[in-house]
Amino acid sequence: MAEIVLRDVRKSYGKNEVVHGVNLDIATGEFIVILGPSGCGKSTLLRMVAGLETITAGEIEIGGKVVNQMEPRERGCAMVFQNYALYPHMTVAENIGYSLKIAGVSKAKRRARVEEVAGPLGLSEFLDRKPGQLSGGQRQRVAMGRAMIREPRVFLYDEPLSNLDARLRVAMRVEIRKLHQRLGTTTLFVTHDQVEAMTLADRIVVMNKGVVEQVGAPSEIYNRPQSTYVAGFIGSPGLNMVSGTVDPAAGVVRLTDGQELAYDRERWPVVTPGPITAGFRAENVELSNVGLKGSFDFAEELGSARLVHGTVGDQMVVAHVDGQLHFEPGDPIQFKIDPSEVHLFDAASGRRLAGERSPMPARNEAARGLVKA
Amino acid sequence: MVERNPILDTFTHALLIISLIALLIPFWIVFVAASHDFHTVNQVPMPLWPGSHFFENISTAWVQGNFSRVMLNSMIVAVGVTGGKILIASLSAFSIVYFNYRLRTLMFWLIFITLMLPLEVRIVPTYAVAADVLRPYREILNLFGLSIGLPEWNMLNSYSGLILPLIATATGTFLYRQFFLTVPDELTEAAKMDGSGPIRFFLEVLLPLSKTNMAALATIMFVWSWNQYLWPLLIITDQAHYATATMQLQKVVPGPVFGDPPIWNIAMASNLIVLTPPVLVTILLQRWFVRGLISTDK
Repeated sequence: MAEIVLRDVRKSYGKNEVVHGVNLDIATGEFIVILGPSGCGKSTLLRMVAGLETITAGEIEIGGKVVNQMEPRERGCAMVFQNYALYPHMTVAENIGYSLKIAGVSKAKRRARVEEVAGPLGLSEFLDRKPGQLSGGQRQRVAMGRAMIREPRVFLYDEPLSNLDARLRVAMRVEIRKLHQRLGTTTLFVTHDQVEAMTLADRIVVMNKGVVEQVGAPSEIYNRPQSTYVAGFIGSPGLNMVSGTVDPAAGVVRLTDGQELAYDRERWPVVTPGPITAGFRAENVELSNVGLKGSFDFAEELGSARLVHGTVGDQMVVAHVDGQLHFEPGDPIQFKIDPSEVHLFDAASGRRLAGERSPMPARNEAARGLVKA
Repeated sequence: MVERNPILDTFTHALLIISLIALLIPFWIVFVAASHDFHTVNQVPMPLWPGSHFFENISTAWVQGNFSRVMLNSMIVAVGVTGGKILIASLSAFSIVYFNYRLRTLMFWLIFITLMLPLEVRIVPTYAVAADVLRPYREILNLFGLSIGLPEWNMLNSYSGLILPLIATATGTFLYRQFFLTVPDELTEAAKMDGSGPIRFFLEVLLPLSKTNMAALATIMFVWSWNQYLWPLLIITDQAHYATATMQLQKVVPGPVFGDPPIWNIAMASNLIVLTPPVLVTILLQRWFVRGLISTDK
């Protein structure tokens, strides 16, 4: 059953449209991450669901009811803000219990509920402190507690981890995931961090310039990006993309400098000759004595592996290499690319070519335990 | 730029100390004069060390000057004006910052412009309105040819006349507006998500957050309204009942209350009585006052 339905949702400020018609069905209990760079309209979309922004056109339905005209408090959403937005003059307990106070719940009941919520968040000993006396991670948990206590239909997170340092961010990520497992509340989570998106989401919504580029499970987004935009945004580093002309008879993409990159003709049986963008992951590139000839630029050390940046013709290629390297800038190297892992995109529109065979195996999803029965 | 130079340090300290002494000398003289008897005070030169008649003079001044009455009047007026100003200032700033309506910027600038029109400038029209509060409305109705008999409401010789015309405050509105603009939007949104309406948000979030701001405004406004002289003098003719402390002070030297020639020791004692409340308020609230004006503690 769909908990949240967005139907052609649009938002304009004056004549300037920032969200261009978003359609989305979110199932009950699903963890959806809206991913995109800053200014892509992802926060605006979330705030429209929350009721903090008016909806210029289209419909938003929560729990079967159209909420366009409803006040935020009537929509059954709770929100966690990027900068926590705790009330500075109230104690932690008052912050968490404020919505109950407004709802007219008695003081004793309120205290009991606050303690119930604060316990699992590890806030029990801080209930009488003010937000100013807490660390960033604790404030974040207070903000989560404030959202949880209302037992909302929907949790909304607006970049909640971006104010935390890297280690805390990983820890809070785990906590948010655990919280979702425990409560099973439908969740919308906005972020610009693709690692957060990949690790948290049941499904990711990739947005760009007010348009949804792709909706899918993390593995699907990673393995079958539907556009060059998604391909470049997801993964670290993003998909390597080179432009050239495709020759379907030979099963190769001829690059601008004349070298040939083979692709899997079984996978892409119907391709019209012409300009094309070919993509491949750094993991599927090996340094070898066959393949595309290029030159070494520099390497990024990752500890367990290295990212080798090189140039083929006038195009950048990144390879993920396990072994040790002994190259000087400018040294000739060769990139051997696995043809079965080459993705093809329309050169003009940037969309993934249609008519692809053999869908990718879903083993990654099964391993993550994300496949729903 | 912070200079660390011993000569400059000495110089600036000397300057500060000299200024402090210059500032304190008049107060010292008032205090010394208030502590001697009539004859010692009138010696030339006047003694520079306090005498032993201080409490005697204070109590004489208190009784002769009817200070229990006028101090109470002044207190009522100052507290009323201060409270009213804070209420009006915070509400009007709340409306200007948090609500989106037509002409809101115009409204703000209209309020702001009144900074250029202090009471002294508009004292005649203000008096006319105080004498007959509903008169402007009657005039407007007449303009449209309507003759609805509005009752007369005369505020002369009353506390409402002393308080209400002094309440409108552009300074306060401006101070509050600046403060509300620094409150993060997310806080408003969080309150909305928690189900709070505007009034509750105002009372339970904004007002508690603006405590230091409120103290700053209260200090300025209390002192300002305590020192009001022209307006009370103009509208209060029934001085036995509604005279304020500053009005009473005017009669001290030389005057019908204490007699001729001027009795300096009693007059100075009266001075001390009248200046005590504003000094106390400033001392008590000054910590908050400074914080409110440099307000960064959030």
